[in-house]
Amino acid sequence: MKHEIVEKNVGLLAVLILVAISFGGLAEVVPLFFQKDTTEPVEGLRPLTALELEGRDIYRREGCVGCHSQMIRPFRAETERYGHYNVAGEQVYEHNFLWGSKRTGPDLARVGGRYSDDWHRAHMYNPRDVVPESIMPAYPWLFDNTLDGDATPRKMRALRQLGVPYTDEDIASATADVRGTQEITALVAYLQQLGTVFEGTR
Amino acid sequence: MNNLWGDSLSNFWSAWIIIITLGTIALSVWILIANRRTDKTPDADGNIETTGHAADGIEEYDNPLPQWWFKLFILTVVFALGYLVLYPGLGNYAGVLGWTQEGQWEEEVADAQERFTPIFARYQEVPIPELAEDPEAMLVAERIYQNNCAVCHGSNAQGGYGFPNLTDDDWLYGGEPDNILTTLNNGRNGLMPSWQQLGANNIENLTQYVLSLSELEHDEARAEQGESTFMAVCAACHGPSGMGNTALGAPNLTNDIWLYLAPGQSVDDSIRQTLRNGRNGHMPAQAAYIGEERVHLVAAYVYSLRFAD
Repeated sequence: MKHEIVEKNVGLLAVLILVAISFGGLAEVVPLFFQKDTTEPVEGLRPLTALELEGRDIYRREGCVGCHSQMIRPFRAETERYGHYNVAGEQVYEHNFLWGSKRTGPDLARVGGRYSDDWHRAHMYNPRDVVPESIMPAYPWLFDNTLDGDATPRKMRALRQLGVPYTDEDIASATADVRGTQEITALVAYLQQLGTVFEGTR
Repeated sequence: MNNLWGDSLSNFWSAWIIIITLGTIALSVWILIANRRTDKTPDADGNIETTGHAADGIEEYDNPLPQWWFKLFILTVVFALGYLVLYPGLGNYAGVLGWTQEGQWEEEVADAQERFTPIFARYQEVPIPELAEDPEAMLVAERIYQNNCAVCHGSNAQGGYGFPNLTDDDWLYGGEPDNILTTLNNGRNGLMPSWQQLGANNIENLTQYVLSLSELEHDEARAEQGESTFMAVCAACHGPSGMGNTALGAPNLTNDIWLYLAPGQSVDDSIRQTLRNGRNGHMPAQAAYIGEERVHLVAAYVYSLRFAD
């Protein structure tokens, strides 16, 4: 075989490299776009409300995903601690995914309902107030900042383009739903619904 | 909750995966074999034509892969084929071993249940006051407490701002085994309404009256005025003597224990704040998360804490 042909023609080499590295994606990723598991919501899944959606954006803005995963894997050690393992059907309205890849803090995929709203507020204001051993940063500005909701309808329209079933009424009332709300309230609303489509762990 | 991963691929996508996977392996093998030998042969003097690349006088031979390397590659191919036979990798083909992620998890859970269910079942039969004095059971229970309850009530169970202290003998919803079990299994929602509408003057009078109930320093005259308002407005839940009502979770106001006393805050300020804004206490139900057997143990642990203080 004349490997010189490949080695001495950069264009051909580039094409062949592309072909070679696309095999993995073609076999592992592309079929998922067409599989029911990954494209159909599990029973009871609803899109985030306007307030929860804003909370999610605060979650992203503050970089929570850097230290908290949202992905419970099917290992007993994880399901005992965090609850039922995650399935793809829970995530069909997620754009982008906030699975994370590192657990400096605990997984949050099913943190909804585990703690009271007051606990979350106290914890976010200064984590040491409720968990003395905690190394989580404090987020006191969430109590000072309020939402104006100007961009909320646009965010919801963009998500609708991606397949999240927001109704016209949802979008029309979005700004009014969030305007003037403290950021912490939005974030807690987002956290309190996480993973609640499955109740508990057993 | 069944069938979460049950939907198999359509035949088209199954075939797609199989063809690409096996095709990739076949292609790798072909490249390996095709480049196995060099087509450069030594001339009469034993010189071999090089690729023509030279650096610092060193030329590059066009040699094939060393044998050990070539064989390692072949081994990885054999491994891959063996893996694809044993485990699910080729579309809908389930693999000879029948392994699934879900199945592995179920097996782990079943093993753990077999190990732990008898232990928890044994504890479940012991009445809570008795269990609370079993040091071995309390070791287990403390672990469960630390993992699930300490986040709010603290690792020493002494609570914090808005989170009840579990080591004293003051109970919002009662401290008997049944009360503790109900609290843990079903959770609690405490609601103190806002009395803003009574006006600042009445709120001040009430504050002084509530201070007087615990025999704290207060304004006599205002406390006296506050008493009638207390009887009209507060006594329904907190009782005419302010002793509270565990059926409603209305706290006892006479024992100088203040759930909502922020660090550095004065008692009268906290009472005023409560009256003005109301309070919402929420204890999440635990049965769904840790199961009733573990709740039973934690209840015994909480019951045991009364001896700690």
